[in-house]
Formats: sequence, structure tokens, C-alpha cells
Amino acid sequence: MGAQKKGGGPRVSEDAVEQSRQRLQAILLADSFATKFRPVTLERPKVLLPIVNVPMIDYTLAWLESAGIEEVFVFCCAHSMQVIEYLEKSEWYSHPNLLVRTIESHKSISAGDALRYMYEQQTETSQIQGDFVLVSGDTVSNMPLADLIKEHRERKKKDEKAIMTMVIKQSKSSPLTHQSRLGTDQLFIAVDPLTKQLLHYEEDKVDHPSGSVCLEKSLLDTNPSVLVCNDMQDCYIDICSPEVLSLFEDNFDYQHLRRHFVKGVLVDDIMGYKIFTHEIHSSYAGRIDNFRSYDSVSKDIIQRWTYPYVPDINFSGNRPLKLGRQGIYRASDVVQSRSADVGASTVIGYGTKIGNGDKISNSVIGNGCSIGSNVVIEGSYIWNNVTIEDGCEIRNAIVCDGVKIRAGAVLQPGVVLSFNVVVGRDFVVPAYSKVSLLQQPTTEDSDEELEYADSSSGTADHLSGLNLQMESKASELGPDGAGYIWEACEGAHDEEWKHSVAPIPKDKLFEITQAIDDDDTDDESVVPTSGELKSDADSINTDVNDPNDDYYYFEKEVEGTVLRAVEENIKVDLVTLEINGLRLSYNMESADCAGATFYSMIKLAVDTPHNSASELYKNAASIITKWKELLGFYVKKIDEQIEVIMKFEEMCQESPKELGPLFTQILHLLYDKDVLQEDAILRWSEEKAGADEADKVYLKQCDTFIQWLKEASEEEDEDDEDEEEDD
Amino acid sequence: MDFQVVILAGGFSSYLVPLVSKEVPKALLPVANRPVLSYVLDLLESSNLKDLIVVVEGEDAALKVGGWISSACVDRLHVEVAAVAENVGTAGALRAIAHHLTAKDILIVSGDIVSDIPPGAVAATHRRHDAAVTVMLCAQPVSGPSESGGSGGKDKTKKPACDDIIGLDSLKQFLLYIAKGTEIKKDTRVKKSILCAAGKMEIRSDLMDSHIYAFKRAVLQEVLDQKPAFRSLKQDVLPYLVRTQLRSDVFSDQSNVEENGNGNGKNNMQNNEVVLSQILSNASMPSFHQVYESGLGTRKTHKCCVYIADESKYFVRLNSIQAFMDVNRDVIGESNHLSGYSFSAHHNIVHPSAELGSKTTVGPHCMLGEGSQVGDKCSVKRSVIGRHCRIGSNVKIVNSVVMDHATIGDGCSIQGSVICSNAQLQERVTLRDCQVEAGYVVCAGSEHKGETFARK
Repeated sequence: MGAQKKGGGPRVSEDAVEQSRQRLQAILLADSFATKFRPVTLERPKVLLPIVNVPMIDYTLAWLESAGIEEVFVFCCAHSMQVIEYLEKSEWYSHPNLLVRTIESHKSISAGDALRYMYEQQTETSQIQGDFVLVSGDTVSNMPLADLIKEHRERKKKDEKAIMTMVIKQSKSSPLTHQSRLGTDQLFIAVDPLTKQLLHYEEDKVDHPSGSVCLEKSLLDTNPSVLVCNDMQDCYIDICSPEVLSLFEDNFDYQHLRRHFVKGVLVDDIMGYKIFTHEIHSSYAGRIDNFRSYDSVSKDIIQRWTYPYVPDINFSGNRPLKLGRQGIYRASDVVQSRSADVGASTVIGYGTKIGNGDKISNSVIGNGCSIGSNVVIEGSYIWNNVTIEDGCEIRNAIVCDGVKIRAGAVLQPGVVLSFNVVVGRDFVVPAYSKVSLLQQPTTEDSDEELEYADSSSGTADHLSGLNLQMESKASELGPDGAGYIWEACEGAHDEEWKHSVAPIPKDKLFEITQAIDDDDTDDESVVPTSGELKSDADSINTDVNDPNDDYYYFEKEVEGTVLRAVEENIKVDLVTLEINGLRLSYNMESADCAGATFYSMIKLAVDTPHNSASELYKNAASIITKWKELLGFYVKKIDEQIEVIMKFEEMCQESPKELGPLFTQILHLLYDKDVLQEDAILRWSEEKAGADEADKVYLKQCDTFIQWLKEASEEEDEDDEDEEEDD
Repeated sequence: MDFQVVILAGGFSSYLVPLVSKEVPKALLPVANRPVLSYVLDLLESSNLKDLIVVVEGEDAALKVGGWISSACVDRLHVEVAAVAENVGTAGALRAIAHHLTAKDILIVSGDIVSDIPPGAVAATHRRHDAAVTVMLCAQPVSGPSESGGSGGKDKTKKPACDDIIGLDSLKQFLLYIAKGTEIKKDTRVKKSILCAAGKMEIRSDLMDSHIYAFKRAVLQEVLDQKPAFRSLKQDVLPYLVRTQLRSDVFSDQSNVEENGNGNGKNNMQNNEVVLSQILSNASMPSFHQVYESGLGTRKTHKCCVYIADESKYFVRLNSIQAFMDVNRDVIGESNHLSGYSFSAHHNIVHPSAELGSKTTVGPHCMLGEGSQVGDKCSVKRSVIGRHCRIGSNVKIVNSVVMDHATIGDGCSIQGSVICSNAQLQERVTLRDCQVEAGYVVCAGSEHKGETFARK
């Protein structure tokens, strides 16, 4: 025994050591589960798209490797073969420090599915041993991760519920346009300033296009101080504990990492799990989510913010370029005419020829391109093996591999030319058009998540065949061109300017600022100027509206129930049971039930065919007599009875011709049948006494009845008193 | 300093019944045997703010307050007393005395404050930022909001509900959002436009609006004129200014007229002022107001600033009976520097003319006013006893306030209660957490807990 005990002691510490030595793992999602890069992503997976002449995934892997990650699981969905092939060819598979494993799944259509798949795999192989880094394959960063992971682990040790640490970075959107630099929607997050716990996460547009951010009050009750930030950018770099995977497994409807998972944890308060944030200051992190961020991140790479992942350093088997003055990176074998003018912040790849009189600035030009003479290229991204003939003008465009642009063609800002497109002679491609050899899919998958379902296996294989077909067809790009111009679709055509590589045009700028102005004025008009408390009038309004809606639906359901009960002659007990169920699910008072039940009964009477008022009365009387027990169940209290009278009054006002004259009669009937007590009727009359004349119609109608009730009760009182005196 | 101070002294506050009466308006309630208004006046005097207007609700109350002021401090301060109609609200009161206001900036102080936060600091902050309005904030008392109710400390056990919800910018200079916590049902809604302009907003529920405001006179008057429905400074005027700070329409006419009227000289001066204010506020970067303004040329902005008082400072508003008890206890206890009295070695103040019977003890943190008589074998702990009170023998007074000319019979026991002036307790009365109205007579031998005695 003693020996065993001795053995037990060190083992614990060994475990601790083991834990700290635990392999640093990462899950890299090699699919963005979005369609923002269409049509380019129909032919090549997004992670293999080159950014400054190096595929995006290389940036991510190089960064993970240098940050000390030892094992990466690359999760491939769309075009998985291409990704795997690329990785096999690259040096990553044989990297000494970084173990790269690929996981393939064609069924996953969202990040949520991917993580669920990982979880299933996990039960068999238990690959994920502890905390892991979750990134997507389009992340460019140089932030150190080791300390952050340590911080996460320590927090996790102290607080079991801290399952995720999210990396954020300061990035203020332009005060003018309110557009973020990366073209993402505006983000509003709330953080506890001391613990950095994430308390609220809200993306503009997606959540509420309203003019205000909504924080739950309970948030402020529990936290004396809450920091609401608008100037933060979500880097989509998360340090997760294994619980995250099981959370995805448990909540099978989680798809999007942020919209579903983060919101779910914050709002639904699942098991009290907490998410924390980590703000990076000096290092770089950015995710290429759309064409605008493609542009911004490219510029950051050229400006060396992402050092050491810059074009003149070999970080993933890429051939380094030579850095010249003014941020011009040039391959050693570039053939450049003397008369060509290559301006600042430009990258020119290997084997590229640049002709006479070309003007190139702020652009990236890939390998093996040939550019004719007198070509103007500004702020554009030309990928590999592109041929540009003489006299073309290209501004703020993305041109994919193998494209031919014939002489004199013009690409207006925001154009995206997918692979192997041919632009005809002197053709002007209109601004923001997206051109592909593939026809735009007509069967529109309503959900954007379905990107690769059609593209993963099918298109890639048939591509060559399609190509031939297309070239034979009359092109939309001039007589000697090839390609289809995609119509702006997906309901996002208004947003085109927002996600494009092109800068926001002037008229749009004006429009936006104008819109902001209008927004403000809208806000203003919402705010009533009365002296009453109006600071949060809109929230009060919604509060009032919601119950009303609820009540409306509740009433409808009760009506249906009662109708069915009458038709099928169901027992009162069962009906009450059903209505009670409705009451609970709609969170209603018993007085609401009384009102709704009574409403349904009278409505039934009115709906039953009748010729005269007396017949209607008979109908009503028979229904009330028959179902008074049901009603009686809900009108035990005076308040509930008053509710019934009010409801009745309301109904009479709605259909004054039919029901109006019968008010007193039915009231009397209800009194006779002991549904209503005299106290309730008298209280109602007292309450109504102070109302407007218009509201008093029915009060006056039953004046004599009330008078009679009053006298009766007074007599009773007197009797009582007499009796007391007698005693 | 070119500041005019308006003290909103209120009238007969219903929260403080039965302590206030026709004889004693709220402003004259004694705190350690001095009217509460005197604390405010001292505080202002210490910041060299001497041009004061005291606004009182109701003519009668105004006469009473005016009488006291003329007797107490006419030599030191320049004080005007203005009467306004009752129940016009704070904004209404200001509207009524608008013609008295002439200075460039107005400091508005609630008349029921007992504090040691220098109002001069608020005024200085206001000037430094060239703000339209500056609000003084102080830490929420830990024991719970001061309105926790009159009857004892029942509510104290509850978690303090957040009273004010306040949004500040990252440098804690500007007020971006203000709402009363009790008015917000479920969600706090923050306007995105302001949030976007400021980038960050810290929303605090541990701060409290202290009802000391500095306003630009032009702004204040414009708002009051434009919005005749506004009744309350805190609930209407201030939130309005905060909400509209990026789309100000309070300056538009006024400043144009001034500029045109005075020509270049004035303009230069204004420019200088702006530069100066930038230097003073350490504005190496322009504030978000200026950025916003320059971005959208058509917009005018105004600044809503805050001054956040140090946590160690004392601040209580006398707006409930509980607060009245707290203030009296604190002023002769923990925060005795406020009272202006000098304490004896026993940490108490017993006026030389007071008479103490044999075996009577007066503990620390007690005060015994001029000419009061205490019988034999009495015990007084943590209580304030006014002037010319007559207290019998075997009386126990703990945590209570006894105002002037009260009479307490033999064998009484008083805990946590307020006995107003001229009230009379007959023999062997036991009171706990009670309030006795001025002039009321409590019958001999009765025992009460948590009651209020008042003639209806």
C-alpha cells in the first residue's frame, strides 16, 4: 500500500506536467461556408486563392507553425481534393514541427456541421486532446498564440465555464461611411472591462438594422460596468476548450460560429458557459471574408504589417521577391520595358513581362503574366498566367488565372474575372460585374451555406468539358470573348459596393452620409418630445406590442378550442385543461382566459345563422347556459369578471348593430347564471363612471339594471345591519 | 468665476413627511442642528461661488428660507431667494426664474446635498471642455440607493437596483448616455450613431447622478424655450441634450447672432478659446465631437461632459427619511469634517450650556444642542439632540434625531427614530424606527415600531 501511495503522489504532478506539455492543436476550416467569393470559388477553393501571390492557407499554416502549434487538422469540404492535393505537393505534409492532417467531409454545409463532424470523429480517435485553436483557412496573422493559450488554460482552471477566448483587434470604422476596413458588417460587442468577459455580440444588419444597440437590463444589474465597443474587429481566431465541440453536438441547429454559437452561449446562457475576449494590440490579424478584405489584407501584406509573412521572405516554399524602393516587390526575372512606369506598393511575380508605356500602381501581378504596351493597371489583383493585350485599362479589379484581356478592353472598378475568361477587343466590362465561364446557377439554393454542395465534386470534374462548350457559344464579353456576366443576385446587389475591391464611389459616399443623417433624424422623430419619461420610448412600445400580439394569437387559439369543444361536445374538464395549457404557453393571466373564452362564446353565437336580435339572444343564451361551467372556471375573482364585461363591451363596440342592443340582456343573463356577481357589475359601472361619454353608451343602456342591482344590494345591506342591530 | 449658481431648494417634499411641515420646509431640515441648506451654501462658498439664487417652491416656504438666509449669511454671500409655483418641476422652476440668469454659465445645485465634493471642480471641467452641460457623477452608495425607503433598513438587504445607467466615453470625459434604471423595463438601448462616433462606450451602473449640473446659459434657455413640455432637468433636459449631442440644434441661432453682432474681434476670441480648451483638456487628438463635425459639415455638435467625484468623497442627498437619518449619523460620525463643529475628546459635541444629570452618559458621535437638559441615568448614543430639549431621567436614545424644543418624559426608550421640534413624548414611551411630527404628543407607556405619528 505504502508503495502505491508513493507512486500516486508523483503521478499527479506528472499529469500536471503532461497537461502543460499537451500538444498545441488547431482546427483549420479550409472552407468559409459562404458564397462571397463566387464565382471564383466555384472552380477553386477559397483557401487556395492567392493573396499577394501566395495561397491563403499558406499564410495561416505558416503563422500557426511559428506560433508553436504542433498539430493542425485541416477540415476540407468544398473542392477537398484540390486542397489535399495542394497540401501533398507543398512542404507542409513533411514539415518537421507541424503535423498537418486533413479531414474530409462533403456533408458539412456549415462551420457547425464541420465541428459536429470533428466531434463524431473525436469519439473514435480522440484526436483533440485539450484546448485547441479554431481558425479558418483564410486568416492572415502574426500574433503569438502560446501566451494566449496559457492564459486561456489558466482561466479555465479557475473557472470551469470559461470555454472560449475570442481574439479581437481595434479597428475603427470610418466615421464618414461607417464601413469597416474589411468590409464586414459593423460589430457591436459588450465586454466586462475587468475580466474581459464577452457579454454581448451584435452584428449590424444581421441582427437588428435598428438605430440602437440593445443591452439586457440584467446585464447591467450583474455588472457595474460594461464596455460597449464599436471599434473592434472580430479576428475569427478562437481558443476553444473541448466543451465547444460537445456544445455544437448538443445544439444541432448551430451553424454559424458567431451568429449561432456565440449568440447561443451569450443569450441562452447554456450551462453558464462564458466566452472571454483577448485584444491584440501590436500584432496583426485579419480574415479575408470578402473582396474588400482581400484588398485591405493585400495592402497590409505589402505594407509589411504582417511581417514576417511578406513577399520578400520565404515562409512556405514561396520564392521570395526583391523589395525595392516605395514598397515595390519585384521578381528577379521580370522583363520590364524601360518606358514602363511601375508605381508604389506594387508586387510583380516571376516570369512576368511588362510592355512599353505601361502604368502600374498599387497592384499585385502574379507569375507568368504578359502585359502588352500602354496598359494602365491601378489597384488591381492580377493572378497567374494572365495575358493583357495593348491599351487595356484595369482599375480596382480582380483577374484570376489564365484570363485573356484583348486589346483596348476596359475593366471598370469592382470587376471580378474568374478563371480563363476572355474579354473581347475594346469591350468595356461594367463596374462590379462578376464574370465566369460557368453559367450562374439558376437553381438558387436559398441558403448561402450550400455553396459547395453543387461545386465540390461536380463542377471541378466537368470543368474542361464545360469550357469547350462555352467558348463555342456567343459570349457576353464581346465577339471574341468568352464568359458569362453574372447578374447581381442573392438579394445582396445593394451591398455590392460594400464588399468590392473598388473604393466606395463618390455618389455612394454621399448617399451613405445622407443615409446616416436620415437615420439620425429618424431616431429623433421616434423620440417623443413630451415632458414625460421618453428616454426609452421605443423599447416601451415594443414591450407593449409584443403582449398584444401574443394576446391576439392566444385569443385565436382559445376560439378554435372552444369551437371544437362545442362542435364535438367535449367535456368541460378537457376544455379547461386545453385552455390552461394555452395559458401557460402564452404566459397569460387567468383573466385573459376569461376574456378570451367569453369572446369565443359570443363570437360563436354571432356566427351562428340568425335572423333577428331575439334569435341571436337565444343563441347566446343557449351557449352561455351550456358552457357556463367553463366560463365559471375562469371567473372566480372579481377582476376576471370585470375583464369579461370589458371584453363584452369591446365586442359590442365592434359590432354595434347586432350585439349592441343585447348588451343589457346578456349582462342580465350572465348575472342570472351566476357567471357574474353583482359586485363585479357594480365595480365596473363605478370604473366606467369617469370615462368619456362615448365609452358610456353601454353603461347607460344598462342603467336600470345597475340601479336595480344597487337597490337590491342596499336592501341586503340594510337587512344585514338590521339583523346586527337586532342582535 | 463668471458662474451663476441656482440652488433648487424645493418646498415641502412629500417624501419627507412628517419631518417637513409648514414651519420647516425641506431646505431648513436640521442636519446636526444646522439647516441642510447651510451645507450647500458652505460648499459653494468654499469654491468661491458667491452669486447665488435660491429657488423655493411656494411663497410660504420661500419666506421661511429667505428669513433664515438673511439671518445667517447675508454678509458673506450674495443670495437672492425666488419663489416659484409648486409642482412645476426643476425645469419649470428654471423657466420661471430665467430672467434672473445673466452669466455665461449656470451651475445648478440641488438644495438638499450634504457633500464635500467641490462644485468648483465641476465648473472648471465645464469651462475646460467648453461643454454645453457638465454633470457631476459620484459613486453609488454601497449600502443601497438613498431612496431605499423610510421605514428602517428593510430594503438594505436587497441588492441595490441600479439607479442611473450612465454611458461614458473611453476617457471618461463625455457623457454619451443616461437613463434612469427604474424606467428601463428590460433592455438598455444605446443609439448607434453616438456609439459609432465615440467608438467605445462604458456603461456604468455604479455611478449616480448627483444633481449638480453646469449648463451653458444659452443652451439651457434655448432648450427650455423650445421644449415647453420638459418638466424635469434630470429626466427631460439632460437626456435630451445627451441624445442630441451629435446633431445639436440648440446653438444654431444664438451663436450666429453673436458672431455677426461682434464681428472679427469676437471670432478671434472664440478661436482662442477653442485652442485653449484643447490645450487644457490634453486634447492631442480632437474629440470625437470634432471629428464627427468635420466629417459631416452640416452638423453642429455640443459636448456633454462629466465630472466624476473621487470615491472617497462624501455625498448624500437628503431626499428620504432614511437619508435624513444617515446624514445626521454621518455628519457627527464618520464624516465629521462636514459639520464644521469641533469635537471633544470623546468624539462628541456637548454644548457648554447643556445640562446633564448624574450618571448620564453621552457616547461618541453624539451632539447635544444649546440649552438642552438631560435628566439622570440617561444614555445617549450616536444621536443628535437639538436645542432646548427637555429629556427626563432613565431615557435611552440610540441612533435617533431629536429636534429643538422636544420634550421626552422619564423612562423613554428611542431607537432609530426622529422626534421633530416641539413634539412631546410622555413617560415610558418606547419608539423604534418611528417618526414623530412636530408638536405631536405621544401618550405615556405606549410602545411603537416603524410608525409615523402625524396629525392628519
